[in-house]
Amino acid sequence: MKHMTEEELIAYREGEASQRTTIAEHLAVCQECRVELERIDAVLAALDTLPVPDPGADYGRRVWQQIAPRLPEKRERWWQVLFQPRRLAVMGAVVVLIVAAFLAGRITKRGGIEDNIATKEQVRERVLIVAVGEHLGHSERMLVELSNAEPNDPAQKQVNISAEQRRAEDLLQENRLYRQTALQEGDAGLANVLDELERVLLDVAHSPEEVTPKQLEAIRQKIEARGILFKVRVVGKELQQRQEATQPAPDQKDSAKKERNKV
Amino acid sequence: MNRMQQSVESAQAIAASDALAIERTLAGERDAFRVLVERHSHNVFRLAYRMTGNQHDAEEVVQEAFLRAYQKLGQFASRANFGTWVYRIAANYAIDRMRQRQKEEARRQTPSVEDQDGMENDPMNRVADEAPTPERLTQSIELRKLMEQALAALSHAERTAFVMRHWEGCGIEEIAVVLKSNSGAAKNTVFRAVQKLRLALQPFVGIRVQTRAMGTES
Repeated sequence: MKHMTEEELIAYREGEASQRTTIAEHLAVCQECRVELERIDAVLAALDTLPVPDPGADYGRRVWQQIAPRLPEKRERWWQVLFQPRRLAVMGAVVVLIVAAFLAGRITKRGGIEDNIATKEQVRERVLIVAVGEHLGHSERMLVELSNAEPNDPAQKQVNISAEQRRAEDLLQENRLYRQTALQEGDAGLANVLDELERVLLDVAHSPEEVTPKQLEAIRQKIEARGILFKVRVVGKELQQRQEATQPAPDQKDSAKKERNKV
Repeated sequence: MNRMQQSVESAQAIAASDALAIERTLAGERDAFRVLVERHSHNVFRLAYRMTGNQHDAEEVVQEAFLRAYQKLGQFASRANFGTWVYRIAANYAIDRMRQRQKEEARRQTPSVEDQDGMENDPMNRVADEAPTPERLTQSIELRKLMEQALAALSHAERTAFVMRHWEGCGIEEIAVVLKSNSGAAKNTVFRAVQKLRLALQPFVGIRVQTRAMGTES
């Protein structure tokens, strides 16, 4: 008699076997396979005794209380989100930078310099790189200051982080815009780091204005646990390199100028 | 009305109520999301605890799962199955959390001489080293420790597959989606998990069963 394999018995026990009737018929007549199945049953039954702690009847309410401050006040349609005053200000700044870069390109072109004319895409990418680089620099400074925050008076039991909190709120708006742009541009790595930064900024923005040293330590630990400062620095450095790569090195520029002067 | 019909109707009522809460949340009523959080938190916690093996991580998984669900609610197409959807988000995040935890622990631990030989890394060796005497095994606390060790020794995919299939009764297709594989591979992962658990626990469970059987006979 051909016995059932362990895989077939496990699949039968877990309700996944395709030939359930055949296996059941075999088990009815084969004691060896029945014993084997009982052994599998015994292990699984023992595992079923592992307890899961009861989080309490009000657990759902507690979860809501913990996540509610981290949810945006109102889910808005994309056009409402797009036309928020803060976003408009950031978008305005980006547009001004793009126009300035475009005009600068036109002027230099009129001047007769043919070399190194950036395409529109390159200009746009450069502007984004510069803007995100600056944003990461600001975020890094804010997080470092927050990590080093101490009470003004050692006798005070509370630390005032309202300045950092307001900066985090502003940075949060910018961060969302840059993250979405990075996603649209297909830059998943940058979008991921901005996503992680967004969570930290959210935490800071939703912290109380005055925190106890213990609460501050918890915020610091969160920043540390995510390794966000390190990631921000790495990405900032990478953006700087990309920025340098999209424009000629100064010495090259100078030598090109010298060559042109000689002529 | 029989019990099965009652439970089907209650599931339909929950799904309809979930769909309504989702519509209201998407329309801008943030508090409507509360209904979903309060209704599904316990189930998500149970899954998260079984996957991560500790309460602190499980609670973090629950919070993160609902935050992600809220952020992606606009993309949620099948609005009648919010429970399954948030479950999947939680399982995915729990896998990420377990990987992160493993990396953190690996960084903290300095390699010992045994590590270099690869002996310490084998969970079966750990179980054997700490194997208690048959007398002590009768104490359920010892068996519990062994079971927790055996579960911890599974790979993330194996633990996820086992928890979802055996304890949560999820279908193989659903497990395959979470593991980002096909149903054949998901089925194999469940099998490998049970096989490893059996290998690690059967000698101890066997003793227990035998002891119980002997007690019944006498």
